[in-house]
Amino acid sequence: MWKIEGNRPVYTQLLEQIENRIISGEYPLGSKLPSVRELAAEAAVNPNTMQKALMELERNGLVYTQRTVGRYITEDAEKLKEIKANNAKELISEFLSKMKNIGLNKEDTIALIENF
Amino acid sequence: MNTILECKGLRKNYGPFEALSGVELNLDRGKIIGLLGPNGSGKTTLIKLANGLLAKTDGELKIAGMEVGIETKKIVSYLPERTYLNNWMKVSQIIAYFKDFYDNFSEAKAYDMLKRLDIDPSAKLSTLSKGTKEKVQLILVMSRDADLYFLDEPIAGVDPAARDYILNTIITNYNPQATIVISTHLISDIEQILDEVVFIQKGKIVLHKTVDEIRSIEGKSVDALFREVFKC
Repeated sequence: MWKIEGNRPVYTQLLEQIENRIISGEYPLGSKLPSVRELAAEAAVNPNTMQKALMELERNGLVYTQRTVGRYITEDAEKLKEIKANNAKELISEFLSKMKNIGLNKEDTIALIENF
Repeated sequence: MNTILECKGLRKNYGPFEALSGVELNLDRGKIIGLLGPNGSGKTTLIKLANGLLAKTDGELKIAGMEVGIETKKIVSYLPERTYLNNWMKVSQIIAYFKDFYDNFSEAKAYDMLKRLDIDPSAKLSTLSKGTKEKVQLILVMSRDADLYFLDEPIAGVDPAARDYILNTIITNYNPQATIVISTHLISDIEQILDEVVFIQKGKIVLHKTVDEIRSIEGKSVDALFREVFKC
């Protein structure tokens, strides 16, 4: 399921969601991506916007184009690990800052997680 | 040439009333564009001028570099607000009629879309519901291989499921050389399929930006911005 919120650029949201699909293995490494048109129709977005998101993923090295055949997910497992680690870092720092807002420091939080 | 529609100082008066008072607008090929504005702001007037159904009072209006006329009508496909089809005709007869009329009409495409929307080609128009008639009309318009499409309120009369299908039809028929201009009040339903939006107010263009520009700069949806700009 694609979910597009109202207040952020559509293309950033597409980018994140495709990235998540790759990280989660829904789009396996080395597999072929559906065409821009199919993806756009599925997400109910403008094909130009979907194209823009895919080009950005290409620039990041998560996706590559096989001329005339289509787009594929990278086979580079290291690349994926790297992105996963980055995303995890972002989530953790977001989480820690929220915990800080309710008066818990890093050590308190870790203790809580261990007993979770 | 990448410009499909160009307006310079375009004016249209109805008697003493100025419906368009100096429209400056350039639309590129390969875009899906929302033409948005409150009631009576000049949306339909602009579309009718571009289709040669009204004569301009002053200024310039060119489509693919040409003055509006026979040649531009060949490359412009128009969905009016109101249905103009003859009620006694069958869907298949209307398709044959369109095929006769327009060189760039694809019968195969029309029948394919009818099938997907589960509309019987042998049905008489008079037996179809209002929403189904609207769907037939949209199918006719989208089955032409045009350079510029004008859809005036294409989703107003249909249920949400059909609305999704119609938006899907617009996306899947998208041609990188063609531009689709959609005029509507139902902004939140269509904003994610739009590249750009044009706000029109009292016969003038007040804003022309990409949807993602609006979202990233204003931090809000086109729908929210519209409500702000046109607050009553």
